[in-house]
Amino acid sequence: MWRKWRHNGAHRGVGVNGAAPLGLTSRAIIDLRDVVKVYATPAGPFTALKGINLTVDRGEFLAVVGKSGSGKSTLINMFTGIDHPTAGEVIVADTPIRHLDEGKMAEWRGRTMGIVFQFFQLLPTLTVVENVMIPMDLAGMYGLSERHDRAMYLLEQMGMADDANKFPAVLSTGQAQRAAIARALANDPPILVADEPTGNLDTRNAEIVFELFASLAAAGKTIVMVTHDDELAQRVPRTVTIADGLIVDEVRR
Amino acid sequence: MSKGKSNEPLIVVKGLQKAYRTPAGDFYALKGIDLEIWPGEFVALLGRSGAGKSTLINMLTGIDRPTAGEIWIGGQAIHRMSEGKLTRWRGREVGVVFQSFQLMPMLTCAQNVMLPMDFANRYGTPRRQYARARELLAAVDIAMHADKLPAAVSGGQRQRVAIARALANDPTFLAADEPTGNLDSRTAEAVFSVFQQLVAAGKTIFMATHDRDLAARVSRVLHIEDGLIVEDTRPASPAEGYELVAQMEA
Ligand SMILES: Nc1ncnc2c1ncn2[C@@H]1O[C@H](COP(=O)(O)OP(=O)(O)OP(=O)(O)O)[C@@H](O)[C@H]1O
Ligand SMILES: Nc1ncnc2c1ncn2[C@@H]1O[C@H](COP(=O)(O)OP(=O)(O)OP(=O)(O)O)[C@@H](O)[C@H]1O
Ligand SMILES: [Mg+2]
Ligand SMILES: [Mg+2]
Repeated sequence: MWRKWRHNGAHRGVGVNGAAPLGLTSRAIIDLRDVVKVYATPAGPFTALKGINLTVDRGEFLAVVGKSGSGKSTLINMFTGIDHPTAGEVIVADTPIRHLDEGKMAEWRGRTMGIVFQFFQLLPTLTVVENVMIPMDLAGMYGLSERHDRAMYLLEQMGMADDANKFPAVLSTGQAQRAAIARALANDPPILVADEPTGNLDTRNAEIVFELFASLAAAGKTIVMVTHDDELAQRVPRTVTIADGLIVDEVRR
Repeated sequence: MSKGKSNEPLIVVKGLQKAYRTPAGDFYALKGIDLEIWPGEFVALLGRSGAGKSTLINMLTGIDRPTAGEIWIGGQAIHRMSEGKLTRWRGREVGVVFQSFQLMPMLTCAQNVMLPMDFANRYGTPRRQYARARELLAAVDIAMHADKLPAAVSGGQRQRVAIARALANDPTFLAADEPTGNLDSRTAEAVFSVFQQLVAAGKTIFMATHDRDLAARVSRVLHIEDGLIVEDTRPASPAEGYELVAQMEA
């Protein structure tokens, strides 16, 4: 599988079919309009998002907060294209997400955004540094020889250089979390989406991650971070609070 | 464990070492831990990512084996116990909350909580076990998700299912690895107060955490660094606890 990716990546073109070029048309890079998400459950339909309107401008650093189960991860899944809304419109980087089929979606996503999942999702059969290289291989970003160096550079920033050649199974949870963050940054994406990126980190490592995010935002990246760490949330320029599937509060600092 | 008197430690750890085999040679995640934990103590284990917290919890719960040293719990030599005996002992006496939850994906949340009762043949009929599972899920505020599969609930909800499961057999000793790592502060507080009630009822809790606010409010704080316990304190008050915790992490 690894070989196949590497091969594909090396020969893949640079253009992304169907998607407008990034960074040109509108100020908003993420635009959600009346987004509703209903999950089917054995007990009947469960509405996790009840009508979300949210725009995030280019270069904004946004924190999403709210109680456990309020709908934060569901919301993120809507604009990363991991899942689809039941109703409403989602436009990211001028591309209406529903116009992308699954095949195009992966490629588009790989170039447009880096995602840190709440549960990391490292591939167990690849080493840490190989995991970080995956997005570059998939999107054909960076020269073949550059990819390893870039992956190592990102791991170093996360204090993970010593663990580069380990497999995910032998990492501590915080180490896995930091590897997942390095991977999300692999393609230097214009949008970074992170679901509880510091949930398993001690204070010092959490601070390293936060400072990195802040510096990326200062350099013009758009960052959406779900967090339950109130101290961190208060240091982000804009915070939205989700409760029961609705945005109930918004603060700009 | 029932034999343990309160003038004797519940847990005695002597010269505990754990080496992991790696291609680059043995890696010592624990380098010599000596520790006594008394019945009714609420212990928080603090330390940086990779310091050895989960490894130590795996040793104390018999999930993994030490490379050297001894672990005695309730007068029993955990380090020498056979796998089968360990499993039965753990099922009766120990609750474990894993950092990555480890829920069975094909069972509902309630069924995950019933599983340990089933294994230990406790709490009677499936109906009564189900009722108990729902009570435990209610204590952590997720009774309404009892009949969903883990994949269909949120991260923090999964974490709370793992906590309810650890409490299934009313264990004497609860080991919890970052039990609030995926919880907002209000939900974390609810979990913490469940733990406090257990301690008030005489249970012993050993909790790895990076949440300073919680760590400041337990009866004893251990600090682990590079596989060694470098600090061991019993703060007199939450205020003192907060000071100590802040210093440890500085
Ligand atoms: N199976 C294994 N094989 C090799 N090394 C391992 C294994 N499990 C853990 N380690 C290493 O042992 C060290 C301690 O890991 P442990 O999981 O105990 O850390 P931790 O304190 O729980 O960290 P965190 O806060 O990130 O969860 C880490 O450096 C980790 O990479
Ligand atoms: N696949 C699914 N099927 C049914 N219900 C779901 C599904 N995924 C999530 N839910 C429910 O939708 C609600 C919102 O879940 P979501 O994962 O978005 O919460 P969250 O805010 O990210 O919570 P946490 O902080 O605990 O991670 C929860 O009540 C959850 O149980
Ligand atoms: Mg979530
Ligand atoms: Mg750990």
